[in-house]
Amino acid sequence: MTGRLSSILKKIYIVLIFIFLYAPIVTLIVLSFNASKSRAKWGGFTFKWYIALFGNSDIMEALYTTLMIALLSSTIATVIGVLTCIGLRRMRPGTRSFVLGVTNIPMLNADIVTGISLMLLFVSIGIRFGFGTILLSHITFNIPYVILSVMPRMKNLNMSVYEAAMDLGASPLYAFLKVVMPELLPGILSGFLLAFTMSLDDFIITHFTKGAGIDTLSTKIYTEVKKGIKPEMYALSTIIFVTVLILLILVNKPDKNNKAKESSPSPIVLP
Amino acid sequence: MKNKRDRTRLLSGPYMFWALAFIIIPLCMIFYYGLTDRSGAFTMSNIVSMATVEHSKALWLSIGLSLIATLICLLLGYPLAAILAHMKNRSGIIVFIFILPMWMNFLLRTLAWQRLLEKTGVINSILSALHLPTLNIINTSYAIVLGMVYNFLPFMVLPLYNSLTKIDDNVLNAAADLGANGVQTFLRITLPLTIPGIISGITMVFVPALTTFVISKLLGGSKILLIGNVIEEQFTQTGNWHLGSGLSIVLMIFIIFNMVVSAIFDKNGEGNVL
Repeated sequence: MTGRLSSILKKIYIVLIFIFLYAPIVTLIVLSFNASKSRAKWGGFTFKWYIALFGNSDIMEALYTTLMIALLSSTIATVIGVLTCIGLRRMRPGTRSFVLGVTNIPMLNADIVTGISLMLLFVSIGIRFGFGTILLSHITFNIPYVILSVMPRMKNLNMSVYEAAMDLGASPLYAFLKVVMPELLPGILSGFLLAFTMSLDDFIITHFTKGAGIDTLSTKIYTEVKKGIKPEMYALSTIIFVTVLILLILVNKPDKNNKAKESSPSPIVLP
Repeated sequence: MKNKRDRTRLLSGPYMFWALAFIIIPLCMIFYYGLTDRSGAFTMSNIVSMATVEHSKALWLSIGLSLIATLICLLLGYPLAAILAHMKNRSGIIVFIFILPMWMNFLLRTLAWQRLLEKTGVINSILSALHLPTLNIINTSYAIVLGMVYNFLPFMVLPLYNSLTKIDDNVLNAAADLGANGVQTFLRITLPLTIPGIISGITMVFVPALTTFVISKLLGGSKILLIGNVIEEQFTQTGNWHLGSGLSIVLMIFIIFNMVVSAIFDKNGEGNVL
């Protein structure tokens, strides 16, 4: 009897938290279909913001910048991060823990401090603020996510297999690609996706390192806050949300025919 | 062999350079700016300025609100993580549902709370339709705490969930076999074993909450200044970077304290989110 009661209470609790988490999302989706531009009133159902969205060059440009930064920064961060993990294996434990300690700094430090510190650096070396400075900053905060995703896989790696491959005549590069790479791949993939989403969602660091004349979606929204958000933005965020939802359902769907289960990425739940 | 070992080691060279140029030197820049004035002479005045009424008020308010938000996240998140950890087969989907909101832009989600909490907003419309008293928390500290809890709750739940799923069922069964009741098992087995998760969750929530300037700007109106707002204004409006850096150094002391505490309690990185 008590078991039943507690199971009902648990369900109620989960539903309440669920409502708390999704109320703003539902609000945004509803606003994207609201014909009235005034946010408080419901003026009927419309698709016009979705159509207007594609004609809004400001928003489309910000979207393009956001996606380019996310793609480039996560790709470069993944390459640097994987190379680092391979190199760290061969290092003295002292140096290794020092490097990993430094890697933790951008993750544990406040974004505002990271943003300010990069801004001061860019100012003092006289680099022009814009796409380049945003990209450098995003690579900087993305590398740690890649290293922390790949490092555990690297630690579990059995190097004898790699040495065996070379004893049997494989070149170091061939042995690496055929033996080590498949083992690391799930970690590399989840590191890349983690970095990509972190870059996509970042506001604070971009805010300090972007300079005038260039905007990502986040900084665009921030400047629009005072004038009032354009409903096209709600439409865009609804599209992004639904796309991510569909993609994640596809990625996380248990594929029964998939024999190579171990090489498939672990469920990606972290942004 | 020795030669090969050296060559592989060079692969981490690019990152060592990167970390030096974009992590370590920038932090030194903050210290340089924070400890000098506009003419470049050494001064402590930027740091001491934290003690002025205006700045210390913002700092104490930030500490207070972020502690409250962290506590609420822990109280809400622990039962949630425990429930999720027990739903062994379906938990993947459920965790997924709880993380999904984080993919909608963080600024837009916070703005949506503005719409929900407004005087004529959604929540008040529902309350007045039910003839209940309306809720007037927008542009107050309550709304800021709500925004912090909303944005950072997943950062608390994930490490807690990870450390709860690592507990071996046999340990809990053994406690029950030896006569411990539910409360005793929780206090003497579950709670101590999840301390790394708790500490990691606290760090993950406290630092962003302490330093936020976005949530206070969007939900606190323009009247409530947190320390994040004060620092941000120094860099984007008033333009005294030296003062802004000095205040950031003080802020970093809290962050470093937090890191040290979490390093002591979580030596093996068990409570790591990843």
